[in-house]
Amino acid sequence: MTHPTRFNLPARLLHWSMAALILAMLLIGVAMVTSLADYHALVALHRPLGILILLLVLVRLANRWRHPPPPLPSDLPAWQRLAAHASHVALYGLMLAMPLVGWAMLSAARYPIALVGGVVLPPILPQSPMLYAWLRELHTVLAYALFAIVLAHLGAALLHALVRQDGVFASMAPWRVRPAAAALHLQQRPNPGR
Amino acid sequence: MTKLHDLTGAPPGTTTRALLLRLATVGVVLAGCAGTFASAGGWLSPGALTPARVVDRFEQVNGPHPGFRRNHAKGLCVTGSFAGNGAGAPLSKASLFSAGRMTPVEGRLALAGGQPYAADAEATVRSLALRFRLPDGDEWRSGMNNIPVFPLRTPEAFYEQLLAAKPDPVTGKPDPERLKAFFAAHPESVKAVALIKARTVTAGFADSTFWSLNAFRFVAPDGHATPVRWAFVPEQRATPETAAQAARTDKNYLFDDLVARLRQGPLRWHLVLTLGRTDDPTTDATLPWPADRESVDVGTLSLTGAAPEEAGNCRDINFDPLVLPEGIAPSDDPLLSARSAAYSRSFTRRAGEEKSPSAVAAATTRGAGL
Repeated sequence: MTHPTRFNLPARLLHWSMAALILAMLLIGVAMVTSLADYHALVALHRPLGILILLLVLVRLANRWRHPPPPLPSDLPAWQRLAAHASHVALYGLMLAMPLVGWAMLSAARYPIALVGGVVLPPILPQSPMLYAWLRELHTVLAYALFAIVLAHLGAALLHALVRQDGVFASMAPWRVRPAAAALHLQQRPNPGR
Repeated sequence: MTKLHDLTGAPPGTTTRALLLRLATVGVVLAGCAGTFASAGGWLSPGALTPARVVDRFEQVNGPHPGFRRNHAKGLCVTGSFAGNGAGAPLSKASLFSAGRMTPVEGRLALAGGQPYAADAEATVRSLALRFRLPDGDEWRSGMNNIPVFPLRTPEAFYEQLLAAKPDPVTGKPDPERLKAFFAAHPESVKAVALIKARTVTAGFADSTFWSLNAFRFVAPDGHATPVRWAFVPEQRATPETAAQAARTDKNYLFDDLVARLRQGPLRWHLVLTLGRTDDPTTDATLPWPADRESVDVGTLSLTGAAPEEAGNCRDINFDPLVLPEGIAPSDDPLLSARSAAYSRSFTRRAGEEKSPSAVAAATTRGAGL
């Protein structure tokens, strides 16, 4: 039985480009709601980036379904395994939900969902101020939740890379795994890939 | 193997010192991310003026009026259309300027101020907000006032002025000392207010001219941008308000008159663009442009109907002046983004509140039955 030890190239490309996009979106989002001077420029950026993330996460889910990720190290404590799975479900759920809630709330408020170059998306909900107010609040709550989970994900990734040195970070690293790290990884624990 | 090794799953070869250093690195990276997020969200600059604080000040000055706009609270919905005459087509690629193009319009006529039940008064600034529905979901929204320039140059000045002009609960008038101090600090506002006071206040909405206040950029099909201010100039002959009108006890006389005029037939305004030159001020809405600037009549707005505010009509639209179609772009006027931000915050707050009928609703249903 052979398992890949790394995510495939599309998965790594999607992961790192979306990581940059999502962090940028969280910063833009939290900045624009308190800004007078940059509000318009930031909102004009926020809408198309959100839709781009929605498209990318669909591609990413399709790729993940066709190319399952490498398994976690077999010596990982059960609670960490559970946390890893739960946080990934939450991450994918929020990556899908954030743009959809954004699109839906703008629809309910009857704002044109203008992207770039005159492209305007159709509304996906009927006009309803109350629904808008509710979705707008939900968008904020989910954004904070996403930021918290992104922080946890980053912290866990760094712990895998720097502390456990177990190949989990290397499996998603944009660069090749260093032989030393790989050797350490091999001598440490049985590698399910060999 | 220490307990720390056990807890973190670090390989046994890692020294405790190295392990602590690595854990600290992780902590620093996470703290850096959280700090950047907090900084972007304004938590580290609590004194900064935000959209929420602008809307808070409206609520502070006017009292709570749930469900209503925080400014221009008293209004009436109107519908009609815009006919382009082709003269604007070389200036902007927006389809509504094509010759013979009819663009459906919904809008709102309103009185400035955050009191939804205030009595109509001559001195109150009148506003016209419009939403042009262009093909393929594109839109142009605009909020205009019957004043040729805006009295304030920056969002900060706007925020200060709101409080300075707040009527004293005892006298019903603003504290003159506070107003004096405000104008002493804002000479640009003194000049703008003089221009505003010099205008002729007409008898009603129908014969009022509504100005864009801020400058925008009209973008031609070839990408060339022209600084533009505009006005909706009435076809209806402008008549000054008479003493008899001003003395009327009807609290909604301006709206009732408008509804009565609309029952006789459509009301028309010409959209007249003023073309700025490159050195004309676009960042300062208190300054008029030189009087000799070229102006172009680009089409006619016809208002044909009016209806009280209710679910699904103009009540539930945010007339954000930065909802712009392809072919119209914002200028660098700092008021524009601030208006967009504050309108959005006001809209979000009132959207989630229970709605009460507009003061104008009762008048129109009783009077005109439109």
